[in-house]
Amino acid sequence: MLTAILGRKVGMTQIFTESGNSIPVTVIEAGPCTVTQIKTVATDGYEAVQIGFGTKKNAKRPELGHLGHNLPQLEAQKKRRQEERAKTRQAARARGESGVAAETDDATEAGDGEAEQATSTARGTAERRRGRTGGGLGPFQVLREVEVKGDDEVTIGQVVDSEIFTVGDFVDVIGTSKGKGFQGVMKRHGFHGGQRTHGQSDRMRAPGSIGAGTTPGRVLKGTRMGGRMGNDQITIKALEVVQADAERNLLVIKGSIPGANGGIVLIRKQKVGY
Amino acid sequence: MSTLVSAVEAAFVRQDLPTLESGDTVRVHAKVVEGSKERIQVFEGIVIAMRGAGLNKAFTVRRLAQNIGVERTFLLNSPRIDKIEVMKHAVTHRKNLYFLRGLTGKAARLKERRR
Repeated sequence: MLTAILGRKVGMTQIFTESGNSIPVTVIEAGPCTVTQIKTVATDGYEAVQIGFGTKKNAKRPELGHLGHNLPQLEAQKKRRQEERAKTRQAARARGESGVAAETDDATEAGDGEAEQATSTARGTAERRRGRTGGGLGPFQVLREVEVKGDDEVTIGQVVDSEIFTVGDFVDVIGTSKGKGFQGVMKRHGFHGGQRTHGQSDRMRAPGSIGAGTTPGRVLKGTRMGGRMGNDQITIKALEVVQADAERNLLVIKGSIPGANGGIVLIRKQKVGY
Repeated sequence: MSTLVSAVEAAFVRQDLPTLESGDTVRVHAKVVEGSKERIQVFEGIVIAMRGAGLNKAFTVRRLAQNIGVERTFLLNSPRIDKIEVMKHAVTHRKNLYFLRGLTGKAARLKERRR
């Protein structure tokens, strides 16, 4: 069974528990996710499953190819292939074996065709000949790799939804925090700033000393200063699942999760004991 | 608001309560847990403020208890509210009646509105 699925943060609200307490909750549109790739020890050196979530309009050819779409040949590819064929034919003619060469040429081409049919499905080949795309999964807004636990068989194209979580479970939520732009040390690192009174000027939010004098004569690497804040990957651990409804792809989790509404998050079964 | 969020909230919104307005004189029957026993406590006073919307809606009731002003804020949709009785309506010219805090006796009355 998969240990995690992808979802979209919908927003926060508060609901009441059975005892009448009001608790803050985050509503997540979790799944459905589709299995797009299975990684095994034999091929990749580790076990994992790649899942896709959401939709996107303009996926690039490499991504479509990865998802098993049939892709028509590009003009450049056709041209290059034609040129190559012409070249071999010419070379054969130059050797003065025009009759034999024509035959062998036909033979190799036929061989090519057979090989193609052998590697891909017959339907895929037919569609490719007609120059049509499609037939694969997605394309998805995001692809993410997740861990698998247990012996359940996972197949490509399998759909996973919020059913893997039950009410009362604890989950970790991984997302990208809201970008805050360039921020000073008080907001970014929690410095206290300077004195507000006693004749201070321009010192209220200053960082203070950033190091010693002649020794070491430089600012140490990693010294906390102002800079870009937010837009980082954040993991919030051990959040309780309050509601889970696979039919509506709904997951309600107690507490807040990183990122803005509409942001993509990974919800995974809690990794460490709480 | 997103439909998914309102769908989650919808299950908790209470339909059995009267609509409140600030200025109303109300009797709030609140469930109070004392030790292992649960009993109902009535809090009677004037609604001086309403805040929030939907499931998050809350109201503040002010009363004079032994000549000391006491205010209590309830979440409207809380299951801890047994029932609410609206005794009187009043003419108000603002949403939050915080000016009542500074007034006592006759001055702290509101003009009754009959429906």
